[in-house]
Parts: sequence; structure tokens; C-alpha cells
Amino acid sequence: MRRIALTVNGTRRDAEVEPRQLLVYFLRETLGLTGTNVGCDTSSCGSCTVLVDGESVKSCTMLAVQADGRELTTIEGLAQNGSLHPVQQAFHEAHGLQCGYCTPGMVLAAVSLLAENPSPSEDEIRLALEGNLCRCTGYHNIVKAVQQAAGMGVSV
Amino acid sequence: MIPAKFDYEVAESVDDAVRLLGQADEAKLLAGGHSLLPLMKLRFARPSLLVDIGRVPDLAYVRDAGDKVAIGALTRHHDVAHDPLLAQHCRLVSTTAAKIGDPQVRHRGTIGGSVAHGDPASDLPTVLLALDAELVVHGPGGARTLAAGDFFTGFLETALGSQDVLTEIRVPKLGGAGSAYVKFRRRAQDWATVGVAAVRSNGGAKVGLTNMGPTPLRARGVEEALAGGASPADAAERAADGTSPPSDTSGTAEYRRALAKVLVRRALEEALSG
Amino acid sequence: MSSTLEKTHVGQPIARKEDAKLLQGQGRYVDNITVPGMVWAVLVRSPHAHAHIKRVDVSKALAAEGVVAAFTGADLKDSWGSLPCFWPVSDDIKMPPHLPLAVDKARYQGDGVAVVVAETRALAKDAAELVEVEYEPLAAVTDVEKALEPGAPLVHDDVPSNRCYTWALVAGEVDKAFAEAAVTVSERYRQQRLIPNAIEPRGVLCEISPATGDITVITSTQAPHILRTAYTLVLGIPEAKIRVIAPDVGGGFGSKVDVYAEDMVVITLARRLGRPVKWIEERSEAYLATIHGRDVVQHIELAATAEGKITAVRTRLTAAMGAYLQAVTPGVPLLGAWLYGGAYDPIAYDFHCTGVFTNTTPTDAYRGAGRPEATYAIERAVDALARKVGKDPVELRRLNFMRGFPHTIAAGLTVDAADFDAGLDRALEILDYEKVRAEQAERRARGDVKQLGIGFSTYIEMCGLAPSRILGALNYGGGGWEAMSIRVLPTGTVQVVSGTSPHGQSHATTFSQIVADRLGVAYEDVEFLHGDTAVSPTGFDTYGSRSLPVGGVALWHASEKIIDKARKIAAHTLEASEDDLEYAGGRFTVKGTDKGMHVKEAAFAAWHAHNLPDGMEPGLEAQHVYDPPNFSWPSGCHACVVEVDTETGDARIVRYVAVDDVGNVINPTIVDGQVHGGIAQGVAQALYEEAVYDEQGNLATGSMVNYLVPSAAELPSYEVDRTVTASPTNPLGVKGVGETGTIASTPAVINAVVDALSPYGITDIDMPASPERVWRAIQEARQ
Repeated sequence: MRRIALTVNGTRRDAEVEPRQLLVYFLRETLGLTGTNVGCDTSSCGSCTVLVDGESVKSCTMLAVQADGRELTTIEGLAQNGSLHPVQQAFHEAHGLQCGYCTPGMVLAAVSLLAENPSPSEDEIRLALEGNLCRCTGYHNIVKAVQQAAGMGVSV
Repeated sequence: MIPAKFDYEVAESVDDAVRLLGQADEAKLLAGGHSLLPLMKLRFARPSLLVDIGRVPDLAYVRDAGDKVAIGALTRHHDVAHDPLLAQHCRLVSTTAAKIGDPQVRHRGTIGGSVAHGDPASDLPTVLLALDAELVVHGPGGARTLAAGDFFTGFLETALGSQDVLTEIRVPKLGGAGSAYVKFRRRAQDWATVGVAAVRSNGGAKVGLTNMGPTPLRARGVEEALAGGASPADAAERAADGTSPPSDTSGTAEYRRALAKVLVRRALEEALSG
Repeated sequence: MSSTLEKTHVGQPIARKEDAKLLQGQGRYVDNITVPGMVWAVLVRSPHAHAHIKRVDVSKALAAEGVVAAFTGADLKDSWGSLPCFWPVSDDIKMPPHLPLAVDKARYQGDGVAVVVAETRALAKDAAELVEVEYEPLAAVTDVEKALEPGAPLVHDDVPSNRCYTWALVAGEVDKAFAEAAVTVSERYRQQRLIPNAIEPRGVLCEISPATGDITVITSTQAPHILRTAYTLVLGIPEAKIRVIAPDVGGGFGSKVDVYAEDMVVITLARRLGRPVKWIEERSEAYLATIHGRDVVQHIELAATAEGKITAVRTRLTAAMGAYLQAVTPGVPLLGAWLYGGAYDPIAYDFHCTGVFTNTTPTDAYRGAGRPEATYAIERAVDALARKVGKDPVELRRLNFMRGFPHTIAAGLTVDAADFDAGLDRALEILDYEKVRAEQAERRARGDVKQLGIGFSTYIEMCGLAPSRILGALNYGGGGWEAMSIRVLPTGTVQVVSGTSPHGQSHATTFSQIVADRLGVAYEDVEFLHGDTAVSPTGFDTYGSRSLPVGGVALWHASEKIIDKARKIAAHTLEASEDDLEYAGGRFTVKGTDKGMHVKEAAFAAWHAHNLPDGMEPGLEAQHVYDPPNFSWPSGCHACVVEVDTETGDARIVRYVAVDDVGNVINPTIVDGQVHGGIAQGVAQALYEEAVYDEQGNLATGSMVNYLVPSAAELPSYEVDRTVTASPTNPLGVKGVGETGTIASTPAVINAVVDALSPYGITDIDMPASPERVWRAIQEARQ
């Protein structure tokens, strides 16, 4: 076991972890932050996307020990003071989610994109979401939601 | 989805990493983890010891090194893709890094990890091969420099010894010479079915191939034809010479050979027009 | 609130009620639920497609850290019966037993042979590796046509030729029509095997009350009610002791209707161990253990007049069942059996299907189930006929459309409403057909490397499963009705208790819109309860685009019952005759006066019951169980423009137009979303996805790395519009929409690819139309 300390959604967390524990299971099972979902076992689907130091990362492809000292944002940490983050709000308004399972990862991938490129073209949005799979929406409204959020001048 | 158990050590320095790698038979170096962890999750890889080099200071950089640009092994694909020095002197490396995996992968994966893994389907090894890049390696006997052409020795095999640590990649400044990396894949996030790197050089070009054999390859036949004055289209007909591409669900060897010819021609046209 | 009361909700693009929790990571999926004392189960699966199981030894696993128990298939074989197949389609069907864990023989890669239970997920995984299984591998057969050949390996020793069943639907003088036909078309198509890939893998958590024996199963399912019955059938537990909860479910697409081995394993372990047990599927495991879809070889023949009027359709299907029959495996081809005439009007019709066992993961209903296959075959064959008679595919379709509704098709069912011309016209208008054809011609003329192709699909499908009597006539084991209840609470808020539960389809929003309008209550004041057999004890669940055209209609009828009772209360309270009351916006008014009473006031009166009409029961609630008199018949026209790189074979969609007729629309945004997602899955079949088995029967596309679920980067934006013919079958005028996109899109895409390649003389391409397949077709055409 190893001791790690990190900041998750603005709160410092200390824990003992087994080195083999993946970050996604640390978040889900040790911290109880079950909003981050697991959709595959090959780093393909992006459901487990979180922000590490503000950048999108697949939390299934990072060990919890590698997150020691880092600053993480999960889907639970996005809304502030009871208000949805603009990307969340845009997903709601554009019907960018159906079953909701890919949604936390998709939203955080979009947040990371807009932090790097505040006004992406449709093609840039589609390419930036290449690592996030959705089986419900056909992506049409996800892309619209990101466009809408970009129009609102989103930043992290 | 859960790796087998392993011991875990954090290296404080490159020398420390070299030492720690000597402590177990099945020790593996962990950088960004984007080659190794996917294999470990499926238990295809089962190292007994992971040496985490990710916290070694000053291994993530892009620096001017005279006629070369030096890239620290821990530099992430994202940072390579966005680096102004590389954009100025060796765009091929940065534009290729932008085509690896997906944004999340590029936020974690490192150039050193990608190169050291030695996967013939990876993009950067091919580019480094075409650039005649140099690789700086630290081992128990000190530091040494290897040519990219001597580095990739077999399928997932490199010239790295069990205690070696790849620390730096040096690529030439191209001085405005045209270059291109053409990556053909089914989905944006997929590995290249075939990839082609082309760099204008001495009136001809240096050409690298991704996923056309057990290692990244140079398309020597194409290079010779160009040197002999052949047009890009004619030279490209020799793209599959000496290759032994795999057959898998992305394509048969026969298709890959045909694809290589098309992509080499396109890469040459792009590189030689630039 | 008054503005909300007066607002009409039906037809409005209201943003979803479901979103707030899902957007903030508060979804309650199975793997998010943990209970005290819970242990983890991991299954050991056969790596062989076909093998005798000689020996299974769990002793090393039992000795491993944290292990609670380990069982072999033999250990548990008396704990359960066969997993059920509810659809014995024919008298000749062979239904071999299907035990949750294999005992003597593994029949597909992934067949479970043992299970290990440990204190944590990781320790259970570690211990599962220690189970020793000795296999004697046998020759396997994974190809559906090869399985029928003499000498093929037998999946089940007592099923000769691997033939599971034969089934036929014949009407009219087919032979005569072919004999007299001026033109015939004969085509062979392959519906490749698909893997559903709901992004949430399956999971089961079972908890048993030691004191009462009450069993609670939380499972990622589309069908909690069907599962409750199935658990009783397989495990012998009294149905009343079982509570099934479908919490938030992360997509299903048919794959989560099924009755799975792992549910039985988990329940059995929980009973044996006296502890809650959880099993969560990993993705690569899902590729083996969750049902697959399609895997059918189709021969379709058309008889036609010289001008191209179709007179007869003859179809022969060879359909893979996989290694065992799951819940409705044999019936999937039957769901398309009436649709091989498509939007057209043959007078003679012949459909034959042979079901075949192979050493593969069982197939079952996957989005569209039988109807995408049928639509693909007829829409491809119609293009082939157009080529043969030298007509534009649009013109040929127009020549053949069925018109005049209700319209009874040769195969024997009655289409209640459609207008194929309207859909086609609108699609051509959006597409600017002449302009796209002109650009295509230009590219052809200049020999562009990237050629354009235009493809159409004018489709009709039957969904809203289904009239129970018809299901009975087809030997299906269950009914097709749906149950909905409405409770108006004393203070006027409303609970809707639904027998159909969503996994992305937006039931809560849609149903709230219907109720808000009918009862004149605020949309926000409607609470939607579902997915828990203790809360919603009656229902037939969610599949076959049935929730709105069956469940929604049941809800409408339940709301009428509420209004009827409220009217009686209002009349009594207002001392007026019922005939003198007018009803609008939830309020009864005595004609010609301003005296009135709202449904909410009636609910309060019904609750305190101080002054009800003589003999009336207190309370204002009603249930309605609705059995649809007909299927639901969505239709429309999809058009696709592809660009094909003739050097690499890469085909990309540049435009996609969908004009659907799903009847009246409750929420256009939600309907569009269903269409978008359906199109994406149909496009995925056309261009990307294929489950491939190697010669030994190993699944070669065993993960998301090489089974190509497309991302946003591979797909276009869709140009979606609608025409409306209200269904006269139900009072809402609605039709189903969950599967239309998947049913319509695949042939539109392939017709477009073939159109792009037509200058080479290419008339067919197998799916998926991968770059290599397209490239090969071009190479062969050039030789």
C-alpha cells in the first residue's frame, strides 16, 4: 500500500492505495465518486474521463498512485453553487444525452477541449471527441451542445 | 480491467531508475502508462515491479540543440504537438504527435514511452526513423546515443537493455524542407492501418512506414527510386518492397501493400510540394 | 403555475427531466450501488469455441486470498433449470438445454464453466485465474452456412445438421408470378454479426433478506418484469418473493432484454452464501457473454414487369442462433418476416427461414431485430431491379409504392397509415437531388479520385410490439400489452407508475407531457415511477419501439379513467349533470357558468371522501392495461451521400437526410434524438462494425480496439425532418420511433456506396463496406 494525497473537486484527499488500483476505481470505490463510469477495458470509450490538472485523462489508464499530488476534477465537481457548468447546461438544452452513461466523460472531454480551443469548428469538435464513444445519440446533439457551450464563452 | 499485483517504486532520478530496474527480473518502466497500462489491465503484461519515472524532474522539455531539437523522453504527445520550437524546426514531429490516439491519450502518453514500446503500429517511431533521429539512453554503463535506425530491433523489441532508460530524442532541424505524415485508419482514435512519413532530403526524400512489418521501416526502394530521378508516383510503386505487413482485422497484408503505395505517393506529393 | 397549466406540452421540444442527475454524475447504475457485506463474483469462461470439459478444479482458487467460494458448473447444476427461450417458433424447433454454467461441454468462446467469489473485485479476478480447467478442444463451426453442410461439427449432438428450425410465410401464387415475370432479380446478402455495445456493460447485484427470504435483484436490464418471471422459471423461487430493480440503465438496444446466465449465478450464490453478491461485466467479457445481433444470410428474389413493377418477393434466410437459444433468439427473423416486400406492393409473397446453431455467442434481438435485415434486403434488391430495368432508383420506388391506407399487404398484415410519396418528395427536396446528381456526374467526368454515391431507403417497419393475439398465433410465450397507472395525490401532484422502463428513451419527460396536458397539471408535478417490480408490479417492459405506442397509449387511457371519475365527482360536487360539464385544461365547468372544479380539487375530494357519490370508492387513481389492436407502422425515406476514395477504398458519409413518419410527435427533440442514434447504429453496420470469428472459433474482434464502434469523428451531422400521418390505431396518433433510424439507414448507405462504384460495374459490396472490401471490389472490377 502507498499513501497518496491529492485534490479532488477542490478538496484534499488522503488515502492508502494498492499500487495496482486504477484511478477510476480509486475515485469510485475509495472516494465514492461514482459519477465517473467504466465502459470498456481497453482505454477506448472515454466514459471514465476526468480532468487532471485541468486536462482530460482516461482515469482507467492511470494508476491512483500516479495521481499523487495532482488536482482532479470529476463530473461531481463541475457544477458550482447549484448551477450547472455551461457545458452541462448545453448538453441539457441540446439533448446531448440519452442513457447518460457516457455523459460524464463526454462532458469533461468537451470542457477540456474548450479550455484549449474556445471556438472550435464542427470538425474540430468531432475530432476532439474521437476518444469518447456514445451509443445513444449518434453524436449529433453532443456536437451541437459543444457548439452551444462554445458560443457561451466557456472556460474551465 | 484490474492489473495483476506488482511492486511499485518511484524513481527520483534517471540513475535511480536504472538502479531500481536492476532489482527485479520483470521490472518495467512506467512513464505516462499509455502503452503499458492497457496491456496490464488485460493481464497481457505482468511486470513484477513498476519503476515510475514520471516524477523524475527535467525530463519533459523541448530544447534547441544546435542543428537539432532535443525532446525530453517524458514530454507528452500533447506538448510535442503544441511546441513552438518543433513547429518551427521540425513540424513533422508535432503534427504527427497530434494524430496519436485521442486527446486524453495525448494528455498522458509520452514520446519516450511510445518510442521505447517499439510498436510497429505507432506513429512517432516511423517519423523518428525517417528523420534519422538520435536517441539518448542511460544504462548501468552510463549514457549512449543510438541512431533511430539501430533502435527498433523487432516486434515490441528495441535496443534498450533491461536496465536502460530512454531519456532524450534528438531530431534534425529541417530548415524548411517539406515533410508529411499520412495516417490511414478506420476511426480517428485507431492505430494506423498504414502510416507513411516523408521528409524531403537532398532532392529526394526519406520515407518511413508504419505497420508494414514487425518494426517501423524505411521504404528504401522508394528512396532509391527518388534518388535515381523517379517521379513520386513511380517511386511510390516500390513502397511495399521489402516489407512484411501483418494481416489483421484492419486489413490483409495484400491490402496494406497496396495502401502503402497510395499513401507514399500522397505523402511524397505533400512533402515535396512544401 | 397558471401559465404552465394553460400551456400545451404535447408537441413541444421540452428539455428532459432525466438530465439533471445524469449530467452531475448522480446516475444510479448497478455498479454504483454497494451494500454492506457484499462480495464479488467473477466467472471463468471457456477460451475454446467448442470443447469437452474434462476437469474443473477450483481448489487453488479456494485457497487464494479473500476468496469466499468457488463453484463449477457441475457443483451448481442442480441449482437451476435451463435458461428460457420464450419463442419456440415452430413445431420442428430443437431447444437444447442451456444451463447458466456449462457442465460437460463448452459450446462457444465465453461459455461459463466456473465462478469464483471473493471479498473484492480485484481478489476475485486474481482467484479466477487459479481455476484449472482441462479442455479437450473440438472442431468448431462459426459460419452459419457451413454449419448446415454435411459433416460440419455438431454444436448439440442431438440436433442433426445444426438445424434449429424452419419457418415459412407464404401468400399468393409465387411460382406463377415468377414464371410470368418479364424481369427477375436474385440477390444474396450477408447480414454480418454485430455486437450491441451498450456503453454500460451488464451488472447484477443480489441481496436476500435472511429473515424472510425475500430476494432483491438489481440488474442492468430493459425487462425487470420479464426477469422476475424468468427467475421463477429457472430457479423455482416463488415469483412473489422476487423484487427486480432496473436502476438507471446505460443503454440496451435489445441486449438487455435477455435472460442471462449471470443473473442466475449471482442469485444462486447469494442464496448459498447468505451474502449480497455483485457481478459486473467487463467490456471484453461483454463481447463474449452478451448477445450478438444479425448474422443472417439472405437470398432475395423479385419478380417484376418489364417496366419494373414488383409482382412477387421470394426470400430464403439462413439465420445464426449461436450456440444456444436465448429469450427470443429464434423469433428475431420473424419480426422481419412481413417486411421483405418493404414499402411496395407485391401480390405474391414467400418467406422461408432456417435457424442454425453455430459455436458462437447466442444471437438475439438487437436494435431493429429482423426489420433492419428485411429492409436492407428489399431496399438493396429494389436498387438492383432499377439497374436491371434502367430506371432511376427514385423513379422505380415511386412506381412501386403501396398507396391507399389502411392497406393490407400480401403477407397478411394491415398498414394503418403511411405516405411514401410525401417522405420521398421531402427527402429529395432537402437533398437537392438534381444538384447532387450533377456533382456526381462532374466528378465521374473528370475521373476524380473521390467519387460520390447517392443511396435511398424508402422503408416501412412494424413495431410497437405487439397485439397479444398475434404473438400467440406466432407461438410467442408472452403478451404484448402494457400497463400504466396514474395516482393523483391529495395535493394534486401526480404519480405515473409505468410498466415500461427507460434506458435513455426519455419516458419521464414524454409521459409527463401527455399527463400534464390531459389532466391540466404542471409538467413538473408529474412524477414518473418505473423499473422496480415492487413499485410497478405489472408490465411488459421496453423493446421493439413499444413504450410510446403501447405504454403511452395505456397512459392516455388511464388518464381518461381519471377524468371520468373526476367528472363524476365534479358533477356531484357542483350539483350538475355530467352532461352539463365541459372539460378543458384539467377543469370541469358547468356550461354557461363560471362554476367549475379542477381535477386536482376532485383528487382532494376523493381523498377525504367526505362527499362522494353513493357507492364511489375513495381516491383518484386508475390503471389501464392496453393491448394494441395492430402493430405500429413508422415509415419514411432516408437518403445518403457518400464519398469514396477510389484509391484507398475509404467511404465517408458527406450528407445524411432522414425524413420519417412516426405519426404524431409528443416531443420533437426527443424523437430527433432517437432518429440520430438509430442512424448512427445503422451506419455503423454499413461501414464499420463486424464481429469476426477465426477458424478456431475465437472472436477476433474481441474488444473496442478492433470492433469499430464509430465516434463523432466518423459520423456526419444528420439532416432530419418529418412527415406526419397520424396512426388511426390509437388515440394519440403515435407510432414507435426507437428503431426507425437503424432500420432505414443501413441500405441507404450501402446503396450509396454501390452507386459511387457503379462506373466500375460494381453492383454489390459486403458489409461493412470497409476500405479493403471497397478497394478489392474496385481491383476485381478493373481486371
